[in-house]
Parts: sequence; C-alpha cells; structure tokens
Amino acid sequence: MDASGAKQATNWHAIIMFLIFVAMTMGITYWAAGRTKSTADFYTAGGGITGFQNGLAIAGDYMSAATLLGLTAMTYTSGYDGYIYMLAFFAGWPIILFLMAERLRNLGRFTFADITSYRLDQGKVRTMAAISSLVVVVFYLIAQMVGAGQLIKLLFGLDYNIAIFVVGILMMVYVTLGGMVATTWVQIIKACMLLFGGTLTLLLAYWQFGFSLTTLLEKVEAVHKLGPKLMAPGSLLADPITAISLGLGLMFGTAGLPHILMRFFTVGNAKEARKSVLYASGFVGFFFNVIFLMGLCAVLIVGQNPEFFEGGVVGGKIIGGGNMVAMHLAKAVGGNMLLGFLAAVAFATILAVVSGLALAGASAISHDIYARVIRKGSATEKEEIRVSRFATIGLGMLAIVLGILFEKMNIAFMVGLAFGVAAAANFPVLILSMYWKGLTTRGALWGGYGGVISAVLFVLFSKSVWVDVLGNKAALFPYTQPALFAMPIAFIFAYIFSKSDTGPRSKLEKEAFEDQYVRAQTGFGASGASH
Amino acid sequence: MSSVMYERMRVNPKFQKLVHERGRFAWTLATIVLVLFYGFFMLVAFNPSLLGQKIAEGSMWPIGYTIELCLFVFFWLTTVVYVRRANGEFDDLTADLIKEAQKEKL
Repeated sequence: MDASGAKQATNWHAIIMFLIFVAMTMGITYWAAGRTKSTADFYTAGGGITGFQNGLAIAGDYMSAATLLGLTAMTYTSGYDGYIYMLAFFAGWPIILFLMAERLRNLGRFTFADITSYRLDQGKVRTMAAISSLVVVVFYLIAQMVGAGQLIKLLFGLDYNIAIFVVGILMMVYVTLGGMVATTWVQIIKACMLLFGGTLTLLLAYWQFGFSLTTLLEKVEAVHKLGPKLMAPGSLLADPITAISLGLGLMFGTAGLPHILMRFFTVGNAKEARKSVLYASGFVGFFFNVIFLMGLCAVLIVGQNPEFFEGGVVGGKIIGGGNMVAMHLAKAVGGNMLLGFLAAVAFATILAVVSGLALAGASAISHDIYARVIRKGSATEKEEIRVSRFATIGLGMLAIVLGILFEKMNIAFMVGLAFGVAAAANFPVLILSMYWKGLTTRGALWGGYGGVISAVLFVLFSKSVWVDVLGNKAALFPYTQPALFAMPIAFIFAYIFSKSDTGPRSKLEKEAFEDQYVRAQTGFGASGASH
Repeated sequence: MSSVMYERMRVNPKFQKLVHERGRFAWTLATIVLVLFYGFFMLVAFNPSLLGQKIAEGSMWPIGYTIELCLFVFFWLTTVVYVRRANGEFDDLTADLIKEAQKEKL
C-alpha cells in the first residue's frame, strides 16, 4: 500500500454503510458487555463459541485488508505470483489442524503461554512468551493502523490522523466493553460481509467473460504487458532461498500469531477446535481463489478503462495507487453502491483484525505478566479484567501514536516482520513444549529469546530496513525473509540448552510431561465451557 | 486427583491405540501436505518456466494455475478427512478411555 494517493472526495455511500456496520457492532458490544463478567468471558467468550462461528471468526481475523486489497493488486500487476503467495498463506491451516489444534485446545486456557509454561518455570517462560507475543502484536498492529489510515483517507476522504483515531477508539470500545464476545461477533459479521462483497464483485465481473477462464485468460494475456508470462512465476520470488524462506515464514508464522492461537480457546472442546479449522480454511481458501480471479478480471475491466487512470491515460498511474484496484473493479461492475459496500468492508476488516490483536496483546499483559508473573496467581478475576481493560486502552493509544509516527512505513515489510517473528519466536517453543518431553525452562528461554532476537536482527540488517529505511549502502544480510534462518536458530538453541540442562528442576519438568501428554491427547482436565 | 486419572489412562491399552493411530494419521496427512507444498515451492524456485506452460496444445489453462487450484482443493479435503475421523472414531475412543478411568475409581 503506498501513501501516494491523494485524498478522495467524501464517499457518502461508503460512510453510510460503514455507519450501519458500526451501529450493528455497537449494539452487539452493548449486549456482550452484559455477558462479560469473568476472566473466561473476557478472554475467550466463556468457551461458548461453536466451531462454525469460530471458523468464520478465524477467517475474519486472518483475512486483513492487505489480503483483499494487496493480493488483488499483486495479481493485477504480477499475475500468477499473487496466487503463489495465497497458497503459502493457506497451506499453514491443514498443518495447524493436524499437529496443533487439539493440543492447543486441550492444554491452553487463555493465552498460548499457558501451554509453553504448563510444566516449566511460570515466571520466566511466561515473561518470555508474553514479550514475543507483544512484539508480534505491536508490529502487526502498526501495519494494520498505517494501512487503515491510508485506506480510509482514500476510500472515505477522511484525514489520515482522524482515520487513525476513529479506528483506535472504536477498537478500544469493542474490546474494553465487550471483550472476546464482542470481538468474535465483529469478526464474524465482517467475514460474512467480506465473503459476500468479494464474491458478488467477482460474479458481476466474471459474468462479462461468460464465466469462462479460457476467455478471460485469452483476453488478459493479449492486453497485459507481461503477456503469456503473466501466468508464470515471475520476479517476486526471483531466488530460490527467498521463495522457500517466504513459504516457511507464512506457513509457520500463521501457527505462531497470538491473536489466531487465542481463537482456539474460545470453543468448548477439541472437537469444535477441529471444526473451526475446517470451516476457517474452507472460507479462506475459497476467498483466495475469488481474489485471484478478481485480480485477473481487473486487468481488463479496470486496466483498460481510462476512467481509473490519472489524467485518463490507460497504462499510467492508477487513481489512488495500486491498492485501489479492487475498489475500482467494484465501481466498474456494481456502481457506487458496490464500491461503498466494499469500502465499508475494508474498514470493518481493519477494525476486526485490530480488535483481535489488541485483545491478544492485552491478555499477554494482564493474564501472563500481571496475574501470573507479578501477582503469582493471587489476583482476583475482577482485578485481572481491570488490568486487561487498562492494557487495551494503553495498546490502543500506543497504536494511535505509532500509526501516526509510521505513516510512511512500508506495510508489507511490517507484516512480513510480524510473521517472521511469530514463526521464529512463538512457533518453535510452542510446538516443542507440546511434542518434546526433553524441553526444559532453560531450553525454552534460549529458544524463545534466540528466535525473537535473531528474527528482528535479520530483518534489521536486510535490504528493506538497513538500506531502504536506514539509508546504508549495502545490506548486511542478503535476504528479506528471516524465517529460513531464524527458525533453525530457535530450534537448535532450544535443543542444545535443554539437552545440557541437568539441574534438579529439569528432571521434574521432564517427568511432568507424562501427565501433560495424557491431557493433550484426551482433553481430560482441560478447561471447559463456562456456559 | 487428576494425576491418578492420568496414570490410569496412560496404562490403558486404548490410550496407546489412540495415541498411536491418531498420531500416525495426523503425521501422514501432515507429511503429504508438506511434501506437496514444498515440492511445489521447489518448482516455483527452480523451474518457473514449466509452470507457465499450458497443460495442452490449444488450451489456455497454465500448468502452474491448474496444479495450484488442485492443491487448494486437495489441502482442504485433507482437513475434511482428518476432522471426520478425529471427531468420530478417535473421539469415541477418547470418551471410552475417560469413562473407564473414572469407573476404576468406584
């Protein structure tokens, strides 16, 4: 998303539809506030969400505005490369289902640190997990806030700073008042709107080509400047290392995102957790295919229409920048009504993702650091929820400030960093704690901190920051994707420092794995639904 | 005491059966997905021009798009297969296991 686009004229269709969305979600937040009494209600909606609802909510949490706008734009310019990205974003889901979903549900309660610290030193391991959660959450939050500001400026004609405040304040209201119940419903409603709006746009566009991929491809290849190369892998994944590192980062990053992991605790049992992934991956996979075809249709419908180019020159600069392709397509096939609807969907999308992130960040602060590390379990539920609410407000204000400071930041880079850190810091320790008996506190700390620090350093020394942001001549680290290098560091550190740990505590930790293993497999003793 | 329950379940042969069969099933599916996914990424990395060719003379369908569309559908079908068996057969076995451990207490 580039910030180059000028402010658009105020778009009333979009604003009215967005206000309807806000009114609806505020009603739900009011209803949810009355049902949010215990910590379980606040963090996990009391565990009472069904698999189908949670599947929609996960899809809503996972498909950000960058998905809708960024991947349509990527397909529009680079064709098939966009589709390769989509598969990498998608393929993590079956793996999460087979290897993680039931264990996450059976062992966790509110945060994924519940699992990593299950049989290890509560204070140290929780602090580590909370820190790496917060690093991921803050990077992802900045990316979403900056994206929100730029998008809203373009779509609604609002000032950037006002847009940032609107998003930040709405998010604080949803999360502090309605907790996970409200957040879940915001995500569900948004997922339905996104699926409906995207599919309708595609059907209207595809109809012009008789729903025939052959016709579409013939015409697209005839007019696109890449010609037949459009449907072959291109420059985005030029070297093999980058391609494979990207594949790793996107696949295992998904399995390490705190706000996604948290959604597994909102269902009653492992059965529903599995169903959640089944539905979520169905919606996500379907939508990626919709987006790809939308991008191809846009090559003809938007790319050949002077109305959408600055100065009316076809092939020149697209009005509002590349990320507006999906919006222009909606306008071309469905007029101002559909444009307004899709714009409102994009705004709602950002709100839903930001709310999920804020709740995950707040729970790391209130549940992990405050209730478990500082108060060592002696805090009452009331106190814990109060801290959560303050933490949400704090994160909201931080997000607003950072959103304004980082206005010019490259969003794709921030998202890549969040995924890279999630893949290297959260995922290795989490998966080892569930699968490897030999993991000890010392190993978990070395693996976790090793993963976060190396992922952040690799990104810092890569071309995207060292050269493009900091203005140095040459990158110290030749690749932009850290996962292929940082993940092995985390795993190797965790292994070496666990193996060499022979203290009396480590022996108890290994023994405690046996009971944890039975619980992970059977769900016996897992926290159930509270209502 | 739940650790007594865990001990009872652990020694039950049904637990071994559950862990063994579900584990093998999950890892088989995971391996299939990982091999196909990274195999596909190897093609992207090392033989990109092949993916750009059409599946047959006179057809407009590119090989890469066709493979990837199949992967999307296939990966999702693997989740259907896993959820059906895990939520049926394996969850029944788990329920039996817990029931038997609880009975022992009486």
